[in-house]
Amino acid sequence: MDELIIAGRRFKSRLLVGTGKFSSNQAMLEAMEASGSDIVTVALRRVDIDNPEDYMLKHIDRSKYLLLPNTSGARDCEEAVRLARLARAAGCEPWIKLEVTPDPYYLLPDPIETYKAAQILIKDGFTVLPYINADPILAKHLQEIGCATVMPLGAPIGTNKGVKTRDNIAIIIEQAHVPVVVDAGLGAPSHAAEAMEMGADAVLVNTALAVSPHPGMMAAAFRKGVEAGREAFLAGLGKQRKFAEASSPLTGFLRDDK
Amino acid sequence: MSFLDEIKKYDQQELLDSILSKKPADVENALHAERLSLDDFQALISPAAENYLEPMAARAHQISLRRFGNNIQMYVPIYISNECTNGCVYCGFNCSNDNVHRKTLSLKEIEKEALALHKNEFRHVLVLTGEDPNAIGNDGLVAAIRKIRPLFSSISIEVYPMDVAGYRQMVEAGVDGLTIYQETYDPVLYEKLHPYGMKRNYRWRLETPERGGEAGLRRIGIGALLGLGNFYTETFFTGFHALYLAHRFWRTQVSVSFPRIRPAEGGFKPLYTVSDQQMVQGICATRLLLPDAGLTLSTRESARFRDNLIPLGITQMSAGSCTAPGGYSHQDEGTGQFNIDDDRSPEEIGRIIRAKGYEAVWKDWDAAFLEKKAS
Repeated sequence: MDELIIAGRRFKSRLLVGTGKFSSNQAMLEAMEASGSDIVTVALRRVDIDNPEDYMLKHIDRSKYLLLPNTSGARDCEEAVRLARLARAAGCEPWIKLEVTPDPYYLLPDPIETYKAAQILIKDGFTVLPYINADPILAKHLQEIGCATVMPLGAPIGTNKGVKTRDNIAIIIEQAHVPVVVDAGLGAPSHAAEAMEMGADAVLVNTALAVSPHPGMMAAAFRKGVEAGREAFLAGLGKQRKFAEASSPLTGFLRDDK
Repeated sequence: MSFLDEIKKYDQQELLDSILSKKPADVENALHAERLSLDDFQALISPAAENYLEPMAARAHQISLRRFGNNIQMYVPIYISNECTNGCVYCGFNCSNDNVHRKTLSLKEIEKEALALHKNEFRHVLVLTGEDPNAIGNDGLVAAIRKIRPLFSSISIEVYPMDVAGYRQMVEAGVDGLTIYQETYDPVLYEKLHPYGMKRNYRWRLETPERGGEAGLRRIGIGALLGLGNFYTETFFTGFHALYLAHRFWRTQVSVSFPRIRPAEGGFKPLYTVSDQQMVQGICATRLLLPDAGLTLSTRESARFRDNLIPLGITQMSAGSCTAPGGYSHQDEGTGQFNIDDDRSPEEIGRIIRAKGYEAVWKDWDAAFLEKKAS
């Protein structure tokens, strides 16, 4: 069976979903269900981590989903590390989606602070899944220090623009030893399929589901997009050809001579 | 360099003429721009854009949805003092207004207010005072913030302007946001409306958000009190100011408020009428200029109007507000700064927000972000 394996843990689905921006908790739960996902990420800033009655903590079935806390809102290494430790202290598994986004406008990840935080958290025993720009060298560095995945962005968060960083993501996929999860910017199932066809191990989607008028239906569509893209990748896509093959080949005489 | 240098480049009359001269073609160009120039912004706030409210609203809605999702962040103001030495002619706390029962809450009373709000699910609070160093200064404010900090995940202040050191002191105490309204960007009018008191200094006021940014505050909210100055120039400068701050303090989230002047103790009448239509135009144009800015609406506006503004790009709202110190724990306490129009309870407003297809978010920050040492 084609499973996604992160840090030795097996997952059936290659679609990870975020829990922000939904119009209601009900809509969020529906989308999670329809996505078939088994990893859902939750912003620590949104939950009351010490309160067992907190809606998200209470209603996300942790026997079904890996609840992956994220450090969204952290501006530097120190803040991200502090939030991750708080989540663990409150009983979350020591898995963390590391997000360090000092610019509140495009929410782009800070490579320097992300790297520093990853170092500390890995030493601390966390399984670290860092959100990064599609920078192949940064991806190598993070892999080298022991990150469980790399999560390069397709386009800035919430933009729905698709895999705009395609060429760099292709390099990351080519070189990575850890799973590559394309995160952010995927606005349509075709974008998700594109990332999977390229050989990404998984994708993470949030805004496209949350702001859809029909989050459940959209989640099901993304599920199919991810599955289709994955199957096409496994089946081996026909290579796009750079040069046309002339019907009267210029080098045909070489064969004729034989 | 400060925003004062930027504002000085504009002659108020020339700016107004420029905005009034915009044509429908300018509006259409602006509507199709991916990022707006200040010239595009002028077109969208101009009378020529009045016929384009629906397409402007549709774009504002779409941009806001993508960036902020179906969420409205809820906050509540907590007035801890209404003692003031300023003479702002439009304000109910104006120090010459003898009808106001003056009060500065004790730490015990502040805690009581905070507990009442915490019980109502509020986790984001905005602490307000007047400007009277004898009633409450930086140290008093720090003590108050430390007292209530364990109850809230985000604390902002809307108090007298401070210097950079003062704001650093606030950040250390656990304040993450600053709200400071310029009231009016017109320096001549500003002087008339602030006849005495420390607030009279236009420049000190104008540069306040920059001092807050310098000190590392995470969120800075600005606004002009609509109805004081000319709608067009005030809306323009507010948007421009927000853009300036966002560029200069790139780690800080800038938000813009749209406070429209309300009847207050002392009976001040607005100098300009800002219609509902203009408010909508101003909000949509600001959203198009600043796709990532927070846009705030207070309880000054009527329930019906507020409800309809939700999808246009508003990201945060207050609810269940009381503008008198001590008003949450004692219903009959004190005199308010202004009358609020939307007096529905937080649960009621939460219900309306849900009915509009949005989720009222009570917690979207964590006090842990500001803890000094990682535990």
